[in-house]
Amino acid sequence: MGLLSDPVRRRALARLVLRLNAPLCVLSYLAGIAWFLALAFPPLTQRTYMSENAMGSTMVEEQFAGGDRARAFARDFAAHRRKSGALPVAWLERTMRSVGLEVYTQSFSRKLPFPDETHERYMVSGTNVYGILRAPRAASTESLVLTVPCGSDSTNSQAVGLLLALAAHFRGQIYWAKDIIFLVTEYDLLGTEAWLEAYHDVNVTGMQSSPLQGRAGAIQAAVALELSSDMVTSLDVAVEGLNGQLPNLDLLNLFQTFCQKGGLLCTLQGKLQPQDWTSLDGPLQGLQMLLLMVLRQASGRPHGSHGLFLRYRVEALTLRGINSFRQYKYDLVAVGKALEGMFRKLNHLLERLHQSFFLYLLPALSRFVSIGLYMPAAGFLLLVLGLKALELWMQLHEAGVGLEEPRGSPGPSAQGVGLASLVAPLLISQAMGLALYVLPVLGQHVAAQHFPVAEAEAVVLTLLAIYAAGLALPHNTHRVVSTQAPDRGWMALKLVALIYLALQLGCIALTNFSLGFLLAATMVPTAALAKPHGSRTLYAALLVLTSPAATLFGSLFLWRELQEAPLSLAEGWQLFLAALAQGVLEHHTYGALLFPLLSLGLYPCWLLFWNVLFWK
Amino acid sequence: MAVSHCFSRAASAFTAVLLFSFGCVAASHIEDQAEQFFRSGHTNNWAVLVCTSRFWFNYRHVANTLSVYRSVKRLGIPDSHIVLMLADDMACNPRNPKPATVFSHKNMELNVYGDDVEVDYRSYEVTVENFLRVLTGRIPPSTPRSKRLLSDDRSNILIYMTGHGGNGFLKFQDSEEITNIELADAFEQMWQKRRYNELLFIIDTCQGASMYERFYSPNIMALASSQVGEDSLSHQPDPAIGVHLMDRYTFYVLEFLEEINPASQTNMNDLFQVCPKSLCVSTPGHRTDLFQRDPKNVLITDFFGSVRKVEITTETINLQQDSEIMESSYKEDQMDEELMEPLKYAEQLPVAQIIHQHFEDSFPLCSALHSF
Repeated sequence: MGLLSDPVRRRALARLVLRLNAPLCVLSYLAGIAWFLALAFPPLTQRTYMSENAMGSTMVEEQFAGGDRARAFARDFAAHRRKSGALPVAWLERTMRSVGLEVYTQSFSRKLPFPDETHERYMVSGTNVYGILRAPRAASTESLVLTVPCGSDSTNSQAVGLLLALAAHFRGQIYWAKDIIFLVTEYDLLGTEAWLEAYHDVNVTGMQSSPLQGRAGAIQAAVALELSSDMVTSLDVAVEGLNGQLPNLDLLNLFQTFCQKGGLLCTLQGKLQPQDWTSLDGPLQGLQMLLLMVLRQASGRPHGSHGLFLRYRVEALTLRGINSFRQYKYDLVAVGKALEGMFRKLNHLLERLHQSFFLYLLPALSRFVSIGLYMPAAGFLLLVLGLKALELWMQLHEAGVGLEEPRGSPGPSAQGVGLASLVAPLLISQAMGLALYVLPVLGQHVAAQHFPVAEAEAVVLTLLAIYAAGLALPHNTHRVVSTQAPDRGWMALKLVALIYLALQLGCIALTNFSLGFLLAATMVPTAALAKPHGSRTLYAALLVLTSPAATLFGSLFLWRELQEAPLSLAEGWQLFLAALAQGVLEHHTYGALLFPLLSLGLYPCWLLFWNVLFWK
Repeated sequence: MAVSHCFSRAASAFTAVLLFSFGCVAASHIEDQAEQFFRSGHTNNWAVLVCTSRFWFNYRHVANTLSVYRSVKRLGIPDSHIVLMLADDMACNPRNPKPATVFSHKNMELNVYGDDVEVDYRSYEVTVENFLRVLTGRIPPSTPRSKRLLSDDRSNILIYMTGHGGNGFLKFQDSEEITNIELADAFEQMWQKRRYNELLFIIDTCQGASMYERFYSPNIMALASSQVGEDSLSHQPDPAIGVHLMDRYTFYVLEFLEEINPASQTNMNDLFQVCPKSLCVSTPGHRTDLFQRDPKNVLITDFFGSVRKVEITTETINLQQDSEIMESSYKEDQMDEELMEPLKYAEQLPVAQIIHQHFEDSFPLCSALHSF
């Protein structure tokens, strides 16, 4: 007889699993956390290297020398912008045409679901201006994009100046094999999203955008540029995109080679690169940067215009020029040369970037961790859920066997009642999740009428109210749930909840490892521990502390702590409310998935554990 | 009077004897020269130059082939006797910042594309099949003349190949490969069809020496840029164009060939010394065991140029019975006589022998029974 079909052996195996379950779970959880923390250390982290042969090892000499021209353009742009208050479309069109590009404009409009307090927008209508530099001797089948997002809070005029000067320089060269699109967007990311949707002829986010008159072929790569002043001390690169998508690592390697070639100071996550990887300092700094990247990737926000390009599988980066209090500064010519070099190398590409990694973590600009090496961390955490579910299944089965033997036929009916008793909590928690997803935006006007708050605040407060209302559920709904065979009822519910959580976290970890890992690290222990017996207040406090909203709150504090700008509680609360509003807004304007995942997926799951805790 | 007459007669006899002896010596000198005249045995030269890789970052392979093309043309082989196969067009590539040029040196001193280039097989026409058809002559009748290798048994052929290769193969255009065995068999076909007198095979790829390991036909000399297990390296990158311009081995071969003119007496041993390991990083190799002449007697221009041998003489040359040419023609006469006899074909399937063998193996005691 086989191991699993022999009842004697099966019972022995069951007893073994039941006995060792708790130590195995603890060990697995600790292994997962330890593996994650070890990711910044040398055997698991490797040096980056250029995988694409076409971008090769040869360097090209940059000849960009239009620094003065760039500054002149920037001054003009800033002046016109101040005069008109919005993007000076006519001036941009004229200038781009004088530089030699084919110029087109595109208008777009969007009514946000509720007013955006951070950017002070509600009804948005703007114009994007873009110029196409056609490849002199090639068919216009492929293109590269250099984009400068202009918003009202960050005018980015230096970047516009540099873009125009680069366009003038590029126009004089004959070696372009791909078209180059120079894009200036209004309302930064909203304009970029409108342009991308019109370019690819899709409508994903409900933006009304006019169709594009001029097109240039499939976009191979894009670079977004943000400069706050004309002298920069360092260039910061942002890679995390919408829903945690990342560009191909080769694009980052390309940027890094030009940083080294031009002697530019390049930073990742706003921090200097750790130099000393042999002692402990380097890996510890790397760990700090790794955690920052994990937090940014988990938030699922597009951290720059590049984040929106990634959805269309266009590899993109955002470069931000930072002007801090360092002595050595670089002018626009240095930044321009780096961009010229990058575009010239991208010009050599024959196919889309596909040779290097698409899923990775970055402890430093020149080090990376590939998915094969970081996935086991999430695997260990989810193993805890699997082990606990197995234990519950065996306990249920034994209890069922124990009950069936004296009773016989009422067994199936008892089981049937058990299943029926599960449906109610599942439906109710899912309904709460749906309410959390739909009601805040839908009911904002009603709330604003009855309470003296603005619409944005109404949305956030409704969100929090529904979330808290869910905590009161078990006390109100347990009358609906039948109480036959109380022990088996909560165990069955917990089993279903564990499997549900494991499935969700597994799926999330595949596409956005950081989000999956973060949620698993907080929710898995308390989910495993939840049971109606024992100290209820302690378990309740733990469960509330590890609920998705509390994880968001805590990660905000962690993020600011890692950036060495710690928050006080009041500041943290304000930031938390702003983050909630941004999360809902981004879901509606860009299709970010964090809000629906948390409200429709993880919050109902968490409520099931809450139900288990308060099972009577 | 009689004495002066006698003296003059003696003097004239003496001078006649002297002249006669000089004449004899001169005649033997002329015969030596005549021997030298026919020593290489070839009357025409061909070149097959192949570049097998495409894409902009393989600029250097096209530059390699074009530099050998340039040397070969300069030394006298006309376009009608050169089959040039280039897998991609670098001169007119949209990424080329200097259109219509292919440079071999980073200071852009030498434009190997030149003013008149005749590319016979271009772009996607460079395939293994086309290459083998060119070599063996099995070409469809519609092929234009410029795409054929119309060599005969008195042709010296130079075959130069470059691209990406490995141990025993050469990659054609990212989609197929030619192995060293196929190449050796193609050369054997050429030998059997009397399509060459002598062949010089030069290959500049990684692990190039593996490509000539399998040759088994006579009169082949081979050179390669690297041994098995070594990579051939490229020479210099050009920051203005953005690619590596040439491979090291061919760069130094080009430098060497630039010194050669049609009258040079430089021989193959000098070519073997080109690009030592200190310059090339890889170890160039060569193979001469199949070649009948001594490499030091083989001129560079025997393969790289098309040198018309012209000797002006006012003497009569008596081609002796025991000279090489008479021997070979004598042998031909003998062969003609042999051919007069009726031809006999070998048995295709020696049934008797097979059955005999089988019988013997299975019934060793019954060896007396067979009576076929």
